Amino acid sequence: MSDHVASRGLYVAIFLALMVLTAMTVAVTYIDMGNANLFVAMGIAVTKATLVVLFFMHVFWSDRLIKVTVVTSLVFLVILFAFTLNDYLGRGALGVAGR
Amino acid sequence: MPNGHAAAHHEALQHHFDSLQQQKDASTFGMWVFLVTEVLFFGGLFMAYILYRTWYPDVWLAASHHLDVTLGAFNTAVLILSSLTMALAVHAAQTGNKNGTALFLVLTMVLGVVFLGVKVVEYSDKFTHHLVPGPTFQFDAPYQRTAQIFFSIYFAMTGMHALHMVIGEGIMLYLLVGALKGRFSAAYYTPVEIGGLYWHFVDIIWIFLFPLLYLVGHH
Repeated sequence: MSDHVASRGLYVAIFLALMVLTAMTVAVTYIDMGNANLFVAMGIAVTKATLVVLFFMHVFWSDRLIKVTVVTSLVFLVILFAFTLNDYLGRGALGVAGR
Repeated sequence: MPNGHAAAHHEALQHHFDSLQQQKDASTFGMWVFLVTEVLFFGGLFMAYILYRTWYPDVWLAASHHLDVTLGAFNTAVLILSSLTMALAVHAAQTGNKNGTALFLVLTMVLGVVFLGVKVVEYSDKFTHHLVPGPTFQFDAPYQRTAQIFFSIYFAMTGMHALHMVIGEGIMLYLLVGALKGRFSAAYYTPVEIGGLYWHFVDIIWIFLFPLLYLVGHH
């Protein structure tokens, strides 16, 4: 249930993990990995966001209804990104009028 | 609740709910549904970012280097710390610690003001260096026109984020007044809980904005 009371120590541990990940995301920009830089940065950001959602926002202890709602937002975000990119990036590949 | 009628006497319980637990579950679910619409609202801005970065990768590299990584990283740390104080404010409310709730809400508000203050410094720096899109915009060739796209997206995304921060400060003020009036207890702290959800959501948006705007390519 969402009225679970987590320990203050856990919140501080999550905070420290978020600070370490922030330092990491700045540090890796000094290493040239080409296009991989973006994916490493996004991987770190997704990890940080997951920690915030699960523990600061209590989703880890929440009802299944809340968990499904959170995942639903991501499903619609993926639909937005995937269908839009499919159109914009795919237009040049097809010799269709109006591109 | 073993006895629904006993719970019905709590002053915060509205008549159309059976119990405080049901009322809290409904409020929390409502806040999450709102946050889903917020994800898609910011999703549109991120979609614009992805498209233009795909079309103008060189512009992104050149323009991003005009943002101050130190200030951006400092603000990221400030917001993460404010999320900790927000989580501790909710914890204090859950455990019936009224002074703790007020203290951590004040700390959260102060950190929010620090974030917005740094943002003001950054924005005014963009004005002095002619990096605001429009007739006064100046940028090194060959990106003197296309770099405006990056800065348009920079101002749109960080501006919408800052607006959410300002609204968050208003929510924190409302919660602080409630905490000082002793409106919250271990039995009823739903406003602090869902106000916290909003604050953490705004933090998450910045967690993505920082690497996408300040840390393009390598340094």
